[in-house]
Amino acid sequence: MSILIAIFTLALVAVVVLVVSAPLRASRRRPDSGSAGRGAEAKAREAGADGAAVGPSPPAQAAKHVDLEAAREAKYREIRDAELDYRTGKLSREDYEAIDGELRAEAIEILNRLEADEEG
Amino acid sequence: MAGLGRVCLLLALAVCVYGIGASLYGVRSARPEFSASGRRCVYALAGILTIAFAVLEIAFLRNDFAFNTVADTSSRTTPTFYRAAAVWSSQEGSLLLWAWLLSLWSSLALFLTRRRLRDVAAYATSVLLGFAGFFISLMIFYANPFATTRPAPVEGAGLDPLLRFPTMMIHPPMLYSGYTLCTIPLAFGIGALLARRVDADWIKAIRRFAFAAWLFLGVGILLGARWSYAELGWGGYWGWDAVENASLMPWLTGTAFLHSLMIQEKRGMLKVWNISLVLATGTLAIMGTFLVRSGILNSIHAFGGATLGVPFVILIAVLIGGSIYLVVSRREMLRSEHRIDSLLSRESIFIANNVVLVALCFVIFWGTYFPLISDALTGHEASVGPPWFDRYTVPLALVLVLLSGIGPVITWRRATVANARRNFTVPVLSALITLVALLAAGLPQKPFAIAMFCCAAFVLGSIGQEFFRGVSARRAMAGEAAPVALLSLVRRNRRRYGGYIVHLGIAVLFVGVAASSSFQHASELGLSPGQSTRVGAYTVRYVRPTATITPKNDRAHTGSTLSLGAVLAVSKHGHHVATLQPSEGFYAAAGGQGSVGSLIAGQPVSHVSMDAGATRDIWSAIAPNIEAPELRRIVSLGNRTLPPEDAIVAIAAIARTYLQHPPQAQFHLIVSPLVMWIWLGGLIVFGGGLIAIWPAPSAVRRRVAVRARTRAARGLARA
Repeated sequence: MSILIAIFTLALVAVVVLVVSAPLRASRRRPDSGSAGRGAEAKAREAGADGAAVGPSPPAQAAKHVDLEAAREAKYREIRDAELDYRTGKLSREDYEAIDGELRAEAIEILNRLEADEEG
Repeated sequence: MAGLGRVCLLLALAVCVYGIGASLYGVRSARPEFSASGRRCVYALAGILTIAFAVLEIAFLRNDFAFNTVADTSSRTTPTFYRAAAVWSSQEGSLLLWAWLLSLWSSLALFLTRRRLRDVAAYATSVLLGFAGFFISLMIFYANPFATTRPAPVEGAGLDPLLRFPTMMIHPPMLYSGYTLCTIPLAFGIGALLARRVDADWIKAIRRFAFAAWLFLGVGILLGARWSYAELGWGGYWGWDAVENASLMPWLTGTAFLHSLMIQEKRGMLKVWNISLVLATGTLAIMGTFLVRSGILNSIHAFGGATLGVPFVILIAVLIGGSIYLVVSRREMLRSEHRIDSLLSRESIFIANNVVLVALCFVIFWGTYFPLISDALTGHEASVGPPWFDRYTVPLALVLVLLSGIGPVITWRRATVANARRNFTVPVLSALITLVALLAAGLPQKPFAIAMFCCAAFVLGSIGQEFFRGVSARRAMAGEAAPVALLSLVRRNRRRYGGYIVHLGIAVLFVGVAASSSFQHASELGLSPGQSTRVGAYTVRYVRPTATITPKNDRAHTGSTLSLGAVLAVSKHGHHVATLQPSEGFYAAAGGQGSVGSLIAGQPVSHVSMDAGATRDIWSAIAPNIEAPELRRIVSLGNRTLPPEDAIVAIAAIARTYLQHPPQAQFHLIVSPLVMWIWLGGLIVFGGGLIAIWPAPSAVRRRVAVRARTRAARGLARA
């Protein structure tokens, strides 16, 4: 029984090591891309540390983009919700048009920022 | 097998330690492969703990009493069904269940976020592995589920008879799923603060887990209440017990978060509030586990010893201190992007709802921890009882129900008075009609109960109006038949209409609570066969005694050695209404006096019998007099003359004597109106919750997004 447990334990340890170390082994198999990526990130971090003149680092830029996308989705939802509120009588026509106009203006602003972000 | 379990725990701890290091190194030094390795540690942990849990479960099912925890909480006479659940009745087993569930939910959360939120997820991974490591360390150093004794005892002590009920099979896993799910938003919240990424993306990533935590915790709380009512012999469903309160507190803050989250998503407001709620909910979940497992407060649910208090206090102190530091140090990033446009808006109602929920949580926190606070300040442990809790929670609950009716009919940003007047007409009329009907029916003067009925009618009017208008709008737009329009409406707006259903369920639940607690009739008295008593409008007659012996014949299937009970006939105005058969089970326990005495020395457990209906429950419990002289004589004689293998003969004699010469038995009889509404309300709440949490079909999502984009573009052209 104890031999069986020992074998099972060794097998379990081996599986765990294989599973956990897979990303490390994969990155070692791609040394160029890995070091290049790290180099770029390191440069970006240095640039970020230098000051605002060089602009946000790639991770920060990616985060900003994700934020804008999330804001766009939330705004779309808001537009839909306002429409449903209007259709279910919670908003008068005048109120709906005013709120809808505001929401669309905000949506356009987000879309413009997204576009600028994509171009930049 | 125990050796394998111990190896699993050690390996799990090693994986946690490596995973924490790898995740932190990965995120701090921009080495994503290390972060990925850390994430895989969580998957590996789930696998290892699954094996460990299976080892313990098999030990219970095989009656392997070499495992100390099996010997302490199970026995051969424990029915198989309950042996499987006995794993989490012990301190050690429940810690393993906690860690195992945490590893499973964490794996799911990290798998779903594997391609986004990389820096936040890396910090979250280390926090989640930190929690797992904490619980695994407790098991290794304080309460090892794989500790053994050689030679193994031939028989175990048996599962606490109080836990031998079907609801107890699923109540702890539900509650623990809720607690562990609460730690996922907590971990991502800490991750977001550490990574300085307090934007909408992390909120989006954890929203579904926060909802799932709320759902599981709610189901667990409701199952606990049902167990208390239908299985325990005291006749109530909520006793403001410390452990009940501990599970309710994170549920309340979680509910507040699910509401205020919408304000952050839509308006970029309440960021400090939301992150604080996430951190508070997670910390309260850990505190809930601490209360159950530390044994620091007296509770019918607390099954832990006092050994785990110090490590838990340290963890909670670190969580509270760390949370405060992180929120204060990141306050600049958590500034709101907008302000509230109008006090007459859904945002304002949500904020009011948050204030009430947090106030409720604070009241319950104060009442629950008051014994510890008073002990610390005065050296004398004083406690507060249900009247104290009722004094503060009842008015708050009334306001909460009222707000759950106001929220749905008021719009985001700003509502005008004219619109509000139009939208509130139906709900207010519903409440007024209910008030007039209740007064006309001459209900006893119970102002809080009547106010609750009116508030619930207000909610019903408000939600009913919402559905009616939504279906009408859908029919006008798409020309669908009413049932199809209703389905389309809910399917396309799951969060909104799922939420409305939840509000409706809460109102129904509170009607049940108000009615059953205000208009209950109860009687506790001794009766002999043939005697009757009145409970409310009902007459209850003790018809005859009942008795069964041996675990095999136990009608309640809980493995009792002896079960003594009664047949009760319930009638109203001379008409038979129901036959009830309450009983009390007596269980074998090691250490009982003598061969016969040890067969019935365990804690006796009442088996409630009730006639439940939509309008009222007739509830009964019995406490038979096992100490009657003629029964004691048989036990004494059996102890002196019978060896253990023949002791059941004396138990049969006790049962026979009880049937022939039944001594007076104590009965607890209750007639409660609308208790069924509590369970029905709970089902509605969780049905609504499931609708709200269910992911929208991707095709619909795409279509909606495209339409909204087009609309925005059209707006651009107009602008």
